[in-house]
Amino acid sequence: MSRRITGAFNRVEGDLEVRIEVEGDRVRDAWVISPLFRGFEQMLEGKAPEDALVYVPRICGICSVSQSVAAARALAAAQGIEPTTNGHLAANLILACENLADHLTHFYLFFMPDFARPEAYDGLPWFEEIAARFRAQTGSAAREVLPARAAFLHLTGILAGKWPHTLAIQPGGTTVAVDAARIARLRMILHGFRDFLERTVFGDCLEAVAEIDSEAALWAWVEEGEGDFRRFLRLAGALKLEGLGRAQDRFMSFGVYPDEDGETLFPAGIATATGGREPLDTAAIREDLSHAWLRGGEAPRHPRQGVTRPHAPDDGPAYTWCKAPRLAGEPMEVGALARQQVAGHPLIRDLVRRSGGNVRNRVIARLLEIARVVPEMEGWLAALRPGEPFCRHGRTPEAGEGEGLAEAARGSLGHWLQVRDGRIANYQIIAPTTWNFSPRDAEGRPGPLEQALIGAPVRPGEREPVAVQHIVRSFDPCMVCTVH
Amino acid sequence: MSRTLLWLQSGGCGGCSMSLLCAEGPDLFGRLEAAGIELLWHPGLSVGDLPTLLEAVLAGEQPLDILCLEGSVIQGPDGSGLFHRLPGSERPMRDWLRDLADRARQVVAVGTCAAYGGITAGGGNPAEACGLQYDGDLPGGLLGEAYRAGGGLPVVNIAGCPVHPGWVTETLALLAADVFTEADMDELGRPRSYADHLVHHGCPRNEYYEYKASAEKISDLGCLMENLGCLGTQAHADCNIRPWNGEGSCLRGGYSCVNCTAPGFEEPGHPFLVTPKVAGIPVGLPTDMPKAWFVALSSLAKAATPERLKRNATTDQPQVPPGGNGRRRP
Repeated sequence: MSRRITGAFNRVEGDLEVRIEVEGDRVRDAWVISPLFRGFEQMLEGKAPEDALVYVPRICGICSVSQSVAAARALAAAQGIEPTTNGHLAANLILACENLADHLTHFYLFFMPDFARPEAYDGLPWFEEIAARFRAQTGSAAREVLPARAAFLHLTGILAGKWPHTLAIQPGGTTVAVDAARIARLRMILHGFRDFLERTVFGDCLEAVAEIDSEAALWAWVEEGEGDFRRFLRLAGALKLEGLGRAQDRFMSFGVYPDEDGETLFPAGIATATGGREPLDTAAIREDLSHAWLRGGEAPRHPRQGVTRPHAPDDGPAYTWCKAPRLAGEPMEVGALARQQVAGHPLIRDLVRRSGGNVRNRVIARLLEIARVVPEMEGWLAALRPGEPFCRHGRTPEAGEGEGLAEAARGSLGHWLQVRDGRIANYQIIAPTTWNFSPRDAEGRPGPLEQALIGAPVRPGEREPVAVQHIVRSFDPCMVCTVH
Repeated sequence: MSRTLLWLQSGGCGGCSMSLLCAEGPDLFGRLEAAGIELLWHPGLSVGDLPTLLEAVLAGEQPLDILCLEGSVIQGPDGSGLFHRLPGSERPMRDWLRDLADRARQVVAVGTCAAYGGITAGGGNPAEACGLQYDGDLPGGLLGEAYRAGGGLPVVNIAGCPVHPGWVTETLALLAADVFTEADMDELGRPRSYADHLVHHGCPRNEYYEYKASAEKISDLGCLMENLGCLGTQAHADCNIRPWNGEGSCLRGGYSCVNCTAPGFEEPGHPFLVTPKVAGIPVGLPTDMPKAWFVALSSLAKAATPERLKRNATTDQPQVPPGGNGRRRP
């Protein structure tokens, strides 16, 4: 039996280290380590509540808008206001733009280059084609994807000034009122993006992809054409990626893309591999500090009462700066797969029923989500009403509180705000990867990635097991959010 | 001859890299290629083992021309640097950076965090963050005021939160071509190519500014300086000349400039979107304008404000077009 550290994990957003214990040709146990602490929660204490809108997007350059959305919702809850109809639509467009751009970045730049590693896959029948397309820095795909991604983000340029780190998302809506001509321009941008997706990613129209309703239908569809999604699926079949990286199969979504009646496009809830959707109760969230280098961990607390006070690494049981959030005592997996499983998409339901949450299914859910959301974005654009207000104006009370929930590309993001004497008294954040990459809790239950790594194959002589790389990146981790 | 570039991240959000990936015409890889830059390693773009590469650089086996840091240098807790240990090594990132800076021909701080500490140094600075050669506006930081890279330059501070992809790729191209000199840097080490402009230059709200037709709330069309904390007249950057993400900028996006290219922007001493005033007059006035003149001109301008601007300033969509009622002549 040997223990080893695999790291530095790059092509994840931020810093990550994974310690694994190998027995024979398998990973026997794993510990996930977040090695960077900055302390945004402490920084926010004592500030004007609205200043959170400047600070929180800067927690993370890749989830910047989702951080803004969560903060704006927490402030809106404290102010007792709701965005205007246009404000809801514009905020949905800005958030969807970030989430879909992130899905693309993940697939092309972070995840796929691992299949172009010659030390792992040279000589396999598909290797030359995949390596030429997805090799890090020099593969042909990146040169097509970067311009398409940048052009798509022009949508955020118009609706929010820039990406990342906008101040356009406010509790009562957004700060740019677009007229009919600019809406027409936004439609052209979306059209350009749809065109890229249909030609390059899917080789089919988005609606046809979104309608695939079972695993059998998916494999039939693979045979019908070309495109990078099909390239991945063929590869996933050859490598049996559905057998890698299964966690606890407990899925959670906070729900995302609301309309003015509070209904969300993808609903909030929890789900297992086989059951239906159960309601989400955020009051049942607790943060366990037993394995984090943090003080105040006598008993797990709800984030409303949460504390984040680091201490220097010591010889105790702690091994990370990351807390261990649990819902009703259980670790939860979040992300596109969880979102679509909770939403009950028939393809995802069928895949998860057969093989659970795993490397392949997580990637499929992300690409499916791109195909599902772009047509919704077209609908939101069409629903904008030029001339009507985009922003409503509230006032934060001297004392109050608010919960702000959102879904980033990589999963559920929550902000909990307490205001006293007109200032932030406490501000606690649980980010998607805090859930997915959490350490063990006081009961010894591992976090989802720790669980997912157990049993991963290790080939003879492999220093950085490639299966571990696939499993880690299948969660699309964002480490700068994880600890913040 | 190509130049090697190593890009590291420490106490930051990765947003400068995300912004960099928005480079267009050509894309990031095309721009690096045009500049003759070989990317040795970037945390979001590369495959390979970083500690091994870093050891090779320190051993002098791998030449390093340009070292870029994104994110603050992390010194905490209690000066130990352990709030950021390089994964796969036992050493704080800070120690690696100090050693690598001795090997690099040029060192670039990408973003306000790496330059001055930035947002990570906000609040009580719990992570003890600082910049590579500055701690806020004080020279020093990790490397010290006297530090010079192998090529003779101090740290080049491409400040911004985030940076514009053009600022970075153009500065790197000049560095790679060995034509960037100390004369191309302003007093805070920023490339003058963008820092010799003010955010005010090209601001789409200039007419409102001229007539002091001010916004009263965020999302209004008027000038954001009088009431909403906008620092565009003092902020060094070309954001309204060189658009972001196609045609954007903070001002075009409907919100105030927070002066994110400046040291200490993270702690303005007042809520970001509220202009501090003394006797009704904003305390932060344009950098190089005598206060009395500003006050005199403002009251004159206010008296002459056209009705059109007065009305449009406090709405989110123009109510009155220039030169008449806006209807087509019959």
